[in-house]
Amino acid sequence: MDNAKIPAKLLKEAVFTFVLSLIVFGPISGLVLTGFTVENKLARPLIIASVVTIGRVLFTLFLETSLGRRLIARMAGTAGSGVTVESGNERFPYAAVAIAFAVGLAFPLMADEYWLGVAILALIYVLLGLGLNIVVGLAGLLDLGFVAFYAVGAYLLALGAQYLGLGFWGALALAPLIAAFCGMVLAFPVLRMHGDYLAIVTLGFGEIIRLVLNNWLDFTGGPNGAAVPAPTFLGLEFTRTARQGGTPFHEFFGISYSADYKFWFIYLVLFLVVAAVIYVVNRLKSMPIGRLWEALREDEIACRSLGVNHVATKLSAFMLGASTGGVAGVFFAVHQGFVNPTSFTFFESALILAIVVLGGLGSTLGVVMAALVLTILPEVLRDFAEYRVLVFGILMVVMMVWRPRGLVRIKRPAFFPSSAPAAVPALAAAEAAQ
Amino acid sequence: MTEPVLTVENVTMRFGGIVANQNVNFKVDKGAITALIGPNGAGKTTLFNCITGFYRASEGRIVLSTAEGPRDIGALLSRPIVGGSHLVTRAGIARTFQNIRLFREMTVVENLLVAQHLDTEANLLSGVFKSAVFRRAEAEAVERAFYWLGQMNLVDDANRLAGELPYGRQRRLEIARAMCTSPRLICLDEPAAGLNPAETIELSEVIQRLRADHDLTVMVIEHDMHLVMSISDHVVVFDHGVVIADGTPKEVANDPAVVAAYLGVEEKEVAE
Ligand SMILES: Nc1ncnc2c1ncn2[C@@H]1O[C@H](COP(=O)(O)OP(=O)(O)OP(=O)(O)O)[C@@H](O)[C@H]1O
Ligand SMILES: [Mg+2]
Repeated sequence: MDNAKIPAKLLKEAVFTFVLSLIVFGPISGLVLTGFTVENKLARPLIIASVVTIGRVLFTLFLETSLGRRLIARMAGTAGSGVTVESGNERFPYAAVAIAFAVGLAFPLMADEYWLGVAILALIYVLLGLGLNIVVGLAGLLDLGFVAFYAVGAYLLALGAQYLGLGFWGALALAPLIAAFCGMVLAFPVLRMHGDYLAIVTLGFGEIIRLVLNNWLDFTGGPNGAAVPAPTFLGLEFTRTARQGGTPFHEFFGISYSADYKFWFIYLVLFLVVAAVIYVVNRLKSMPIGRLWEALREDEIACRSLGVNHVATKLSAFMLGASTGGVAGVFFAVHQGFVNPTSFTFFESALILAIVVLGGLGSTLGVVMAALVLTILPEVLRDFAEYRVLVFGILMVVMMVWRPRGLVRIKRPAFFPSSAPAAVPALAAAEAAQ
Repeated sequence: MTEPVLTVENVTMRFGGIVANQNVNFKVDKGAITALIGPNGAGKTTLFNCITGFYRASEGRIVLSTAEGPRDIGALLSRPIVGGSHLVTRAGIARTFQNIRLFREMTVVENLLVAQHLDTEANLLSGVFKSAVFRRAEAEAVERAFYWLGQMNLVDDANRLAGELPYGRQRRLEIARAMCTSPRLICLDEPAAGLNPAETIELSEVIQRLRADHDLTVMVIEHDMHLVMSISDHVVVFDHGVVIADGTPKEVANDPAVVAAYLGVEEKEVAE
């Protein structure tokens, strides 16, 4: 823009900003309710509006500097299509993955009990994010009740232990199956319909599960929740004295008792499960089934015209996603040692969805990063606990403006033929003639 | 070239009060190129949707003859639980769309790999552990994809996003993708729409080569009369959902009802 126009533009912006902020802040800060009368404090919105206006003017001036212009250019570059294709020369980052794996395994040695707890929670959200990413990110099915499968896994362990004597390992093996079954029962009737119906039905299902858990007092314990037994490892228990008929871990190895061992154990098993799920999800993406999910997300009608059974394909995404959620639920239950319905509200579903969206629908690395950020950030911001939701909101807005396609850019794989196919001569000639 | 691949018998398609197709009858000969023509809104796409199983015809029958005997499209759609338009494709009918429908954020090769999903290894475990069977099936699918890219002269675009391709190439990619399902009958809905004259000539060569080399029967909806007259063996003319003429290009071009429909002459005048 030429420099002559800047003052006029600034003035227009300043007036506009001032009026807007007066409208926004006038009622909330200018009128104070004392008893039954309303006090006028009109100086306050004026001050706030002036501050906002000055900020806006400074911001505009900054954007006019060369630094600002470069920043705008960069943002415009990243905000475009978020998908690129690999060149085919990429090497798999073995070293980075090996280091990340080793650091992850060694983490309990470095962390105290508090941070170990945070890490376990973060990994549980990674698992939830990976599960929902299959449904929303890859298959493009909006699921607003993902927390239901999380609850199924958690209560499977709690109630299974109470009524059937199910242990941690049994629940870990059963949870994917039962959660997938729930996913199938829920999804089959609605998958033939359009996406919006699915969102509403899943939203309802999430709430139904929570209400059932809350109100079926005799079976689930209702709002009082249910206790979850501590995990065991090959019959070794992590309590001070054996309660489930095995030997305590520390006695078996002849070391002194520490409550940390239980968390170490949960962390390590969880870490291995997360690593395995990341591997499987990555493989799925380059398998026919993963390509079908993404194709369905892109264009369902085109898929049907290619002979894809869209109902079965959606169902498979839904079931695999649900089973991952169920596994996460088992870990949540065993980590807390106690479950009750307040852990499975709609807010959880929204948080998991935020993880998937922030990560960049469909990107595994993005989901892992987003899950870590969204669970560790609130812990770091504990001092600002009152402003947590505000910070969270600002972060989301900034992300959506700056990186609407998520943290990590999607890269599509490149394919090459084993030998160059012979070009069709007639066609090549026709093209050359153009 | 006398055995019909597709038989359309008394097909009527209604949307509420609108009758999009009324009592349509014709046969598509094996190995022929059959063109459906007619003014806008005549019901050509609707008939394609019935043939490819996207709509279920309100009345009448559409039968595809396959190597395993005749297949009734309506029966495929109404199979309990597993029924649906995907079975029609599996029976051997592929199609393209009037408004191109590609997987825009996937690469060109990936578009073709999706179309081959029935031939690649579906076993989950075998894929997760990259078994030899899985790797071989994938490699063959990639080879086949490149074969069709070669046929359609798209090899240079193999690793671009489908949505980034120029319009003419997107049209060709859509045909390549349909061919990856190994169809007996391919239905092309206005393949030349939006192409420049050079691309249209190229397209007509492609269609004729597909028919000659791949044991394929072609149905095509097209408004470009020059293209229709030069490539088709058989032309079916629609107007207001009714077949008003059916025959070789020459017969149809001289049919007074067709001339009237295209020039907008009152039907009374034609009768006179
Ligand atoms: N899903 C639908 N619901 C209601 N009416 C429809 C539907 N699909 C098509 N029609 C109507 O059927 C008639 C035929 O439409 P169709 O798309 O088959 O025409 P067409 O011959 O393909 O025309 P064009 O050359 O413009 O593509 C039109 O009057 C259209 O409005
Ligand atoms: Mg049409």
